[in-house]
Amino acid sequence: MAKVTDILETMDYGPAPESNTIVKDWLAVHAQGFGHFIGGKFVRSSAKALMDVFNPHDNSVLGRVAQGTAADVDHAVKAARKAFGPWSKLSGFQRAKHLYALARYIQKRERFLSVLETMDNGKTIRESRDIDIPLVARHFYHHAGWAQLRDTEFKGYSPVGVCGQIIPWNFPLLMLAWKIAPALAAGNTVVLKPAEFTPLTALAFAEICSEAGIPDGVVNVVTGAGETGAALVAHKDVDKIAFTGSTEVGKLIRVQTAGSGKKLSLELGGKSPFVIYDDADLDAAVEGVVDAVWFNQGQVCCAGTRLLVQEGIAQKFYTKLKHRMGSLRVGDPLDKSNDMGPLVDPIQLARVTAMVKKGETDGGTLIQAPCKMPDNGNYFAPSLFVDVDTSSSVMREEIFGPVISAMTFRTPEEAVALANHTQYGLAASIWSENINVALDLAARVKAGIVWINSTNLFDAAAGFGGYKESGFGREGGREGMYEYLVADWMKALKVEKHSLLKLISSPRSELRHSAADLIDRTAKLYIGGRQSRPDSGYSYEVVSPKGKALGLAGLGNRKDVRNAVESALKASAWSSGSAHGRAQILYFIAENLAARADEYAKRLVQAGASTRHSKHEVEASLERIFFYAAHADKYDGRIHSTNSKKQTTLAMNEPYGVMGLVCPNENPLLSMISLMMPALAMGNRVVLVAPQSMPFIATDFYQVLDTSDVPDGVVNIVTGTRDELTKTLAEHDEVAAIWYHGDAVGSAMVEKASAGNVKPTWVNDGKRIDWFSAEQGQGYEYLRRATQVKNIWIPYGE
Amino acid sequence: MNIQSNLRSNSPPRNAGVPLEISWFENIQVNTSAAERRAATLTTRRSVKKEYQAAWLVKALQCIDLTTLAGDDTAGRVHRLCEKAKRPLREDLIEKLGLADAPPKVGAICVYPTMVPHAVKALRGSGIPVASVATGFPAGLTPLSIRLAEIRYAVEEGAEEIDIVINREQVLMQDWSALYDEIAAMRAACGDAHLKAILATGDLKTLRNVYKASMVAMQAGADFIKTSTGKEDVNATLPVSLTMVRALRVYGELTGFQIGFKPAGGLKTAKDAMAWQILMKEELGRRWLEPDLFRIGASSLLSDIERQLEHYLTGRYAALSHHALA
Repeated sequence: MAKVTDILETMDYGPAPESNTIVKDWLAVHAQGFGHFIGGKFVRSSAKALMDVFNPHDNSVLGRVAQGTAADVDHAVKAARKAFGPWSKLSGFQRAKHLYALARYIQKRERFLSVLETMDNGKTIRESRDIDIPLVARHFYHHAGWAQLRDTEFKGYSPVGVCGQIIPWNFPLLMLAWKIAPALAAGNTVVLKPAEFTPLTALAFAEICSEAGIPDGVVNVVTGAGETGAALVAHKDVDKIAFTGSTEVGKLIRVQTAGSGKKLSLELGGKSPFVIYDDADLDAAVEGVVDAVWFNQGQVCCAGTRLLVQEGIAQKFYTKLKHRMGSLRVGDPLDKSNDMGPLVDPIQLARVTAMVKKGETDGGTLIQAPCKMPDNGNYFAPSLFVDVDTSSSVMREEIFGPVISAMTFRTPEEAVALANHTQYGLAASIWSENINVALDLAARVKAGIVWINSTNLFDAAAGFGGYKESGFGREGGREGMYEYLVADWMKALKVEKHSLLKLISSPRSELRHSAADLIDRTAKLYIGGRQSRPDSGYSYEVVSPKGKALGLAGLGNRKDVRNAVESALKASAWSSGSAHGRAQILYFIAENLAARADEYAKRLVQAGASTRHSKHEVEASLERIFFYAAHADKYDGRIHSTNSKKQTTLAMNEPYGVMGLVCPNENPLLSMISLMMPALAMGNRVVLVAPQSMPFIATDFYQVLDTSDVPDGVVNIVTGTRDELTKTLAEHDEVAAIWYHGDAVGSAMVEKASAGNVKPTWVNDGKRIDWFSAEQGQGYEYLRRATQVKNIWIPYGE
Repeated sequence: MNIQSNLRSNSPPRNAGVPLEISWFENIQVNTSAAERRAATLTTRRSVKKEYQAAWLVKALQCIDLTTLAGDDTAGRVHRLCEKAKRPLREDLIEKLGLADAPPKVGAICVYPTMVPHAVKALRGSGIPVASVATGFPAGLTPLSIRLAEIRYAVEEGAEEIDIVINREQVLMQDWSALYDEIAAMRAACGDAHLKAILATGDLKTLRNVYKASMVAMQAGADFIKTSTGKEDVNATLPVSLTMVRALRVYGELTGFQIGFKPAGGLKTAKDAMAWQILMKEELGRRWLEPDLFRIGASSLLSDIERQLEHYLTGRYAALSHHALA
């Protein structure tokens, strides 16, 4: 024991270990190995071999867990399916009582879970005790509320069914809570696969589910590695997959689930900007960096790892930051005085080490905290890169370690450009004492979560999730609940037989297209506000259902799609303009379409509709335009009641940017309007693939657009072979979202091709919508899918 | 090496002050929410246990400005306080802590000017300095000539440290040259006595005001900056202290002078004391845990520290009546 007189000289903190006796006892009870938790009890895996689980502090073995096989997954899915009926039929109050019990039990086991999490993951006890576990309890409390309110707050929605959930190792129990709480609140049952590095708190949670009296089969936990997750993703009777993890694996899951009809949410990687303006509180920003990237060893998807500092204050800031690095402490995560523990696994240490080495080779200057490092374990020092730029790998690639890379900007405009210069779009942290400057970047940064003068704030009441290749879907808040619900009308849709004829693009004497007494009309593509000939130079023949020749339409190709996307990209003023302005233009479109009502009715007759029906469709289309013009300035965001005083959290509904819309052939005018108008009303620019068998509906429409003051490039129309054009759109990395109405094969193709930039898709899986129905053909589902929610956290107070 | 004796011989050169330099603080930004967050997590990031905690509490005790600033103070009351200052810990505790060779004493005694003679007398030979509040404490709104005369009086009576109060109006009006001139005049009146500038942060309200007032006080030659008189409705808080020590650090970087910090008012428990010690060590470094750069203005804190130390040594929780009254 150190002498008091000696300590009076050094004034060291000394060791402050959190006791782990109780957790060790628990692990000893399970020394024979854990099974899977299926149907309310622990069962052995069909595979005999167990996997070791390590303590990253010293790489000692903590326990052994089962390696889930496809048979185990099947067993678990069956249990979840069996439980789904009774569970989903419970009243909101009954489900709320269960979730409330979970919240209470987690609180009663809070220290146990904190210590276990720290031993399994390596995060410091301060973080597991003060951040992770309290947030877990909070998540269950919050969602006990949603269970109670589901039937009144989400009228017309039902649970999805059996949810397969795959979570990462960086916040093991918190990610479990983010997955399980909303799923259960909505009335789903789950099969959860924890990460192979960190399965222990999920297994402890399974025991807590039993203690708390959660009905058997509602929560199932199958442990294992990647193959176990793949088996879960592939399982035919799983209705939804929720995944948090790397963008690489997220893309694989998108491809694997394509065409399966499974609902999907992906919370993927990030390389989030941390922007410091010259009027920021620099000392506060220094602490922000500590909380951003030296939190959880930087193994945080939303970590602000791209430090963008206004040039005039950069050196001053770096000096302060380097000074702060001098007091960071790295070591045993169970020690209450350590700021950082080890990385989760030797593999992760090797990965981070290699990326940092690459950063140095690329010319970056590495500055590391001077703290004493432990001799063993997966430790990596807090690190800062300077002298790097957008060409450096450490500035571009997600390191998932305690490394931040810094570069400078000169003007707010440049800050926006640099902040958005990434494939990712998860979070952003903005530091300025000027509200205009801060909110300007908050509005313009492409990220799902924005923290102003703060970072890494989390709460169950706010949605968490990304833009771009950081994934889609939200976890937390009202927006998160939709990931576990499905609209009843969508569930009820039936698959219908589709026949799409091969297009004929060569002359045929049998068909007489135009009458000699009329002046020939040429339907062109409509790109960037101009009519343009198809790049291919070919046209295809358009015939009525009865085989009557109606004319020729341009045979668009991939270059036309490319040009259309290019034009849509440039029309960004539409997205940043006022909602009132968009509403006015939508009304004007209706006005001009009404003036051509007879002409459109004739076209619809040509397409095979009766005269009466055609008039009805034009009338319904006008009403639909009015519907979305009305909504343009009324589909408001929210202010979430996040758990803190003196803080507001704005949930803003933002447009995606450029959307691809693929129109069906049925009710060609009404269906086209039903897709185009919500997208436009919410501020998207669109590239529209015209109804293949009746493209003139779309090509006639550009005259309406031209006369309605629709800015160039806001609507672009391409005609041609539907699925060929669609594939180019779905693969295009500048298209941020795509809606597809075609057949099941095309739907699967869209989902698969969308993996490239992880664009959200809404496909009909070959099912037919009744476009005349106000329930199916319009409504909040369309508005919700035309927007993404950005949560902006604004602490305030003087 | 005995750090105590080493520190005494190595006490930093006294702050000579600098001409008023408004550019050092006029554009300062202090984000209150962020300061509150940092303050709230400071003490959750560090933990001091067992013998380390005992040592830290002994150190805290050595930094206490044991204070009585009440209208009913008397020579007797001051005498009793001084006795406690000389022997703040029971002998058996000192023995068990292994400190018998150099028993700890508090940093200073802090009293009203008219109590200074009593304190000086009681502390003669103890090496414990007497600090006196002055300058129309606590409001500081008496005429400047009278405030300066009060300083000179206390110094003549033997006070080695003067805790002055600043004129809050000058901060609220952002009249920095007036504030600077007054504090500089007070510093001159102090002569060799050290000047602690009480900012009365509870009256200044905003953290930017706190930062600016801190900087002006240091530029005008304050040896210490101090949070509160103990009479404002809000006493020392961690966010305010964080802001002050950050200003102090910057002043040190710009001038090379090491300034002391004194939180006062509201620090009642051993836990409070350690929270501020952690703040000092994290933001300024180990050097700022010594009484020449860190003081805690308190009256009831000492008895809680005693009880905690007794608990550390005996494993039992002690009654207040087992320790000498302050």
